[in-house]
This record gives sequence, C-alpha cells and structure tokens, in this order.
Amino acid sequence: MSEERETILRVEHLKEYFDISTGFFSSKPLKAVDDVSFEIKKGETLGLVGESGCGKTTVGRTILHLYQPTGGKVFFEGKEVKTKEDLLELRRKATMVFQDPYSSLNPRMTVSDIIGEPLDIHKMYKDKKERQERILELMGHVGLNSEHAARYAHEFSGGQRQRIGIARALALNPSFIVCDEPVSALDVSIQAQVINMFDELQDKLGLTYLFIAHDLLVVKHISDRIAVMYLGKMVELAGADEIYHHPLHPYTKSLISAVPVPDPKIARANKRIALSGDIPSPLNAPSGCPFRTRCQYATEKCAESMPEFKEVASGHFVACHRTEEING
Amino acid sequence: MALLEVKDLKTSFFTAAGEVKAVNGVSFSLDRHKVLGIVGESGSGKSVTAYSIMQILDANGRIVGGSIKLDGQELVGAGEKVMKTVRGNKISIIFQDPMTSLNPTYTIGHQLIEAITLHTDRDKKQAWDRAVELLKLVNVNEPEKRMKQYPFELSGGMRQRVMIAMALSCEPDILIADEPTTALDVTIQAGILELMKSLQDQLGMAIIMITHDLGVVAQLCDEIIVMYAGSICERGTAEDIFYDPHHSYTKGLLKSIPTVDMDDKKLEPITGTPIDLLNMPKGCPFAPRCDDAMHICINQTCDYVQINEHHYSACWMNVKEMMEEQKGGASNE
Ligand SMILES: Nc1ncnc2c1ncn2[C@@H]1O[C@H](COP(=O)(O)OP(=O)(O)OP(=O)(O)O)[C@@H](O)[C@H]1O
Ligand SMILES: Nc1ncnc2c1ncn2[C@@H]1O[C@H](COP(=O)(O)OP(=O)(O)O)[C@@H](O)[C@H]1O
Ligand code: SF4
Ligand SMILES: [Mg+2]
Ligand SMILES: [Mg+2]
Repeated sequence: MSEERETILRVEHLKEYFDISTGFFSSKPLKAVDDVSFEIKKGETLGLVGESGCGKTTVGRTILHLYQPTGGKVFFEGKEVKTKEDLLELRRKATMVFQDPYSSLNPRMTVSDIIGEPLDIHKMYKDKKERQERILELMGHVGLNSEHAARYAHEFSGGQRQRIGIARALALNPSFIVCDEPVSALDVSIQAQVINMFDELQDKLGLTYLFIAHDLLVVKHISDRIAVMYLGKMVELAGADEIYHHPLHPYTKSLISAVPVPDPKIARANKRIALSGDIPSPLNAPSGCPFRTRCQYATEKCAESMPEFKEVASGHFVACHRTEEING
Repeated sequence: MALLEVKDLKTSFFTAAGEVKAVNGVSFSLDRHKVLGIVGESGSGKSVTAYSIMQILDANGRIVGGSIKLDGQELVGAGEKVMKTVRGNKISIIFQDPMTSLNPTYTIGHQLIEAITLHTDRDKKQAWDRAVELLKLVNVNEPEKRMKQYPFELSGGMRQRVMIAMALSCEPDILIADEPTTALDVTIQAGILELMKSLQDQLGMAIIMITHDLGVVAQLCDEIIVMYAGSICERGTAEDIFYDPHHSYTKGLLKSIPTVDMDDKKLEPITGTPIDLLNMPKGCPFAPRCDDAMHICINQTCDYVQINEHHYSACWMNVKEMMEEQKGGASNE
C-alpha cells in the first residue's frame, strides 16, 4: 500500500444502537456498534473480522446508511454524508454484496432482470439496446456466459448465484463495496474462483472493499489491512501480515491462535490461547474494556475506562490499557 | 482386526429423477484410538457414508451393495434389532446443528439421564451423577445448574458440548462427528476440537470427523479420506495428503485454499461446476473438471494405485507416472 493513496471512506465515532424492548414500557439500547473510527484508502481492501454478533454487518450497513447512524460521522470521498443528496450519491457509489447466494436473489427473476433492476431504478440507459449491452458487459465482468441471461436464478449453483449478486452490485459503477461474508456459503473450490474474481475486479475497476468474513485465512489473503471487532468495539487494526504475525490485543492473539491452519505440522505444534467463559450479551456489555471479562491481563483500570483506540506503531491501532506491558 | 471395516459400500437414493448414487464404492478401515477425517465438497457423500454406517438413511435411501463390519460383525442386512444395539451403544453420532438432536422442550438433565438409562443399567440417581460427570468431562461450567436448563438457554458452543456429552453417555467405541463445529466461531470451534482430541486420548475411542474444512482435519486427524462424487479419490495419513497429494482433485483442493504464508500468490481454483450425480461421467468422476484429464480418464475409472503402505490414490496420472518411472528405470539398467 502506498502512502499517498487518497482516503475514500472515513468513519468517525460511528454508533449504531438498536432499541430492544425489555417490558411494556421500557427498552434498552443494544450497542451493536459503539464508537468505531477508521478509514479506507482508495483501491484498498480492509478486512473486518470478529465473532458472530460482534457488529461487523452492522458496521457495513450503517456506513451505507441502510441503518441511520445513532451517532458519529461518515465521510465518503472527502464529503460528510449529511443531506438527502449526499445519501443518493452514496447509494449510487457504494453498495453491498451479501452472504447468502440462495436467499438474496429473487428466484423468479431472470438473471438479466436481476442485474438490470438497479439500472432501471436509476435510469442508467437510453434505450433497451443500451440496457442489454450493459447487462452483458456486467455478466462478462463476473465470468457469466451471455446464454445465462434469460435463465432464472434458482437454476444456478451457489458460486454462480454469488456471481450474479456481484454483477448486480456492479451495475451502477460503484467505487466502494461492502462484501458481507460473500464466500462463506461456498465450497472451497468455488470459494477460490469467487475470491480471485474479487481480486481481478478490483484491479480492473479500481474498486475499494470492506471485506467481512469469519475465515481469517481468507481475510488475510484478500485484505491489505485487517480490523478486529469485539462486542461492538474495534479493538485492533493493522496491516494483514502484521496483525496475523504480531497481534497486540489479547483478543486478537487468541483469535489468531484458534485459526485451523491447513498444515498438519503447524496445526499440531500450534499453542492455542484459550478464552475462558462466553462472550457477554451486547445488552449487558461490561464497563470499560469490552474484553475484560475474558482477558487474562485485566486489571481494575480495565473495568473503569474504555481504552483509547490508539496508534502504537505506524499504522497499527489497538485499544488496550496494557499493550506495552503485555507485548513488552 | 480393524474396529470398523467398510468394503465397496454403495448407497443410493431413489428419486423421481432417477437413482442418485450418493456413495459409490467406498472402502476404508478404522482402528481403535484413531481419528479418521473425511473431507470433500458439498454433496460428495460424506454424510451419506456416515448415515449408512449408522443405517439412519432417509426413507428413499438404501445400501445397495458392499459390507460394513464392526468388530467382525456384518452390519449390512443385519436388521433393525442389531442396529439398535449398535447405535448408541457402539457408535454415536453428533451433528452440525445440535438443536436438531436436542429436544427444546426438555431440560438438558432430562435428556442426558434418558440417554444414560437407555444405554446403561444405571438407575435414575446414578444416571444423574453420571450426567453431571459427563458435563464436567466436556468442560461445561456449573454442570448442576445446566442440568436444569433448557437447550435455548445455552450458547451454541455449550449446546455442542452437551451433544458430545450425550453421544458419550453410552461409552461408544466410535464417535462420528458430522461437521460438529461448522456453525461455530473459530475460538469456540478450537475449544470443541481440543475437547474431542482429549476425550479421545482419555477414553480411547475412535473418531470419524466429517468436515469440509482442511484446517480442521490437519489439526485433528491421523488419517484422511478425500471424497469426490460418492467415491474416495485418495486416502492416506495427514502427512501423505497434505505434503504428498497424488490425486489431481486433492492437489486442486490444496491449491485452492489460502495458507498462512502465501502472501500475494494467487489461489488456483478448481474450474467448472460441482458434479451432478444424475449425470455421472463414464470414467473418473473428476475428469470433467480436471486440468490433467487424458483420454482414458473420461472413459474408464481408475483403480487405486498404492503410493506407500497407507497411501492410495485413484488417478490415471499416478498410473502414467508409475509407468514412466518403470520405463525410465528399465532403460537406465
Ligand atoms: N434423501 C435424499 N434423496 C435424494 N438424494 C439425496 C438424499 N440425501 C442425500 N442425497 C444426495 O446424496 C449426495 C451426497 O450427500 P451427502 O449429504 O452425503 O453430502 P455431503 O458430502 O455430506 O455434503 P455436505 O458437505 O453438503 O454436508 C448428494 O448429491 C445429495 O443430494
Ligand atoms: N436490526 C436489528 N435489531 C436489533 N438488533 C440487531 C439488529 N441487527 C443486528 N442486531 C444485533 O447487533 C449485534 C451485532 O450484529 P451484527 O452486526 O449482525 O453482527 P455480525 O455481523 O458481526 O455477526 C448483535 O447482537 C445483533 O443481534
Ligand atoms: S484493556 Fe485490560 S481487559 Fe482490555 S484487553 Fe487490555 S488488558 Fe485486557
Ligand atoms: Mg454478519
Ligand atoms: Mg453432510
């Protein structure tokens, strides 16, 4: 990654709270995303990992304003997203690819109508011919055959459906795509096809990705940098290799030590850093550091205040009171 | 004698569209104290192989050939009475989704005690003690409290531990685990895998671990079977499969997954689409997607080539290489 790349997306103190009813007249905020700040450079892939329910999807959806942020600011291409016009522009240039290639496409629509729908909504063509040409171009981008255009989504395999979903996401020429577990439902052999396609599209179209996945080796492969979330908070962010080989946060260390490495010698020699207990409910998040109830290094201070998300080495951010002592 | 000996197992489903040969000539043996991994993509026949051993196939499915011997006793055609004693006494199975096997309307304790009294001659009181002991064994904290809780009150990882406790209640010789950690987060998965390994060491049972995750088999398994379209393409020790793969499908599989230090190297996916069991090729099932496929691959199935004592592969490329080696060796003399 070169230093001089411009920032395409900047998120400052992003919050997304959901109201959860706890009785007839009372409700409680579920802090799905709580004070998260980061930025993504143009043409870069930022990976986002963490246990299920930690807020990854919510970060993606809130950036795109599919959820109205409870707090914080989102800057897209240098401009804060504030007005209706900003939002329309964001919706055109930033989009999302979903996990489940089975349920995210309408089985009764043809491939060409699924891909053409965003074009129709945003009136992106002069005539039928131009529409058709654009659809075929998009299908070409994702390696779908033009003969597939008139067929229905349910006739396709998981990998092919994921291609259809990606072609649709590309329809409006976006510059930024949130990829929410886009290969998790696919078999490994098909996963590799789709991962390579994301790579190639990025080179060809200059795309920027926020890539959410729970398979750390997949994320490491595709990402320039990786961010780790725990219970609604971002706890660490660094270059992909850096975070994998030199994690600083106690949670990241444990997460990485748990990765099942497809190599018997490495896997058997691996010493896992086990975590005690379960992840707390986000409705009852601990005070201070969210990880402290499971952290072997926790002290009183960890219960008192949330550690600052701080740059401790160039480009390496971590939110832990004891980073220096632990990594001494 | 091997604990479990499967020979040329064939299982089919009879559907409106025709006979689906889900398992098509599978052979392997399993010794005591061993962990055998079965890997392969979705639909390759991993689960059906397991369900055939347990004889818990869907109504339209049937074992149509082959033999399954447990401790020398033939199970194919042995009848439901024999199978009842096998299931839950000698072989236990755990599934991907614990909620499919735990009854949501009964407490954990109730279900554990029921399983224990069914399979052993303990009375209720002894069964309670044993249940608590089993929960401790699988590292469930506060076991007495858990006994009184319902499945929905537990986290996913905890439910899977309870399932394992349930499966162990009959002290089985073989534990079959069908994707037991696929739905779990990595940190929880790692805990469950470690638990299985340590239980296996303590109790000395054999484990059949079914998964599509090559990382999981690398960590846990002594021996590995690689399946494709109802057949075994290759089997060998973990070292054989990961460091010396011979079948083109195994090689393709290993090149298509990211490893720790591959950095910017591109993944090499297996091209084409997964197999359609209703339209099987005449020859090697993998031939339509294989970059190395030769004329013979498309027309004729390949017998197993023995690579070393435990290592077998059914790939025409191996036959070709072997013949070339022999020729080379002969001309050198
Ligand atoms: N009841 C059934 N009727 C018809 N076909 C079936 C039935 N059950 C399984 N099959 C078919 O048998 C084949 C093997 O299925 P199996 O469940 O063993 O695959 P698997 O390797 O376990 O896959 P996964 O990784 O998705 O669990 C598949 O083609 C499947 O569609
Ligand atoms: N629409 C919603 N209403 C209420 N709670 C939600 C909603 N969406 C997500 N949550 C909660 O917010 C938290 C984060 O969820 P999510 O972002 O989906 O996690 P992840 O994608 O990391 O698995 C979870 O506790 C989840 O249950
Ligand atoms: S802040 Fe304290 S509790 Fe949190 S990770 Fe650091 S040491 Fe552990
Ligand atoms: Mg999600
Ligand atoms: Mg299965």
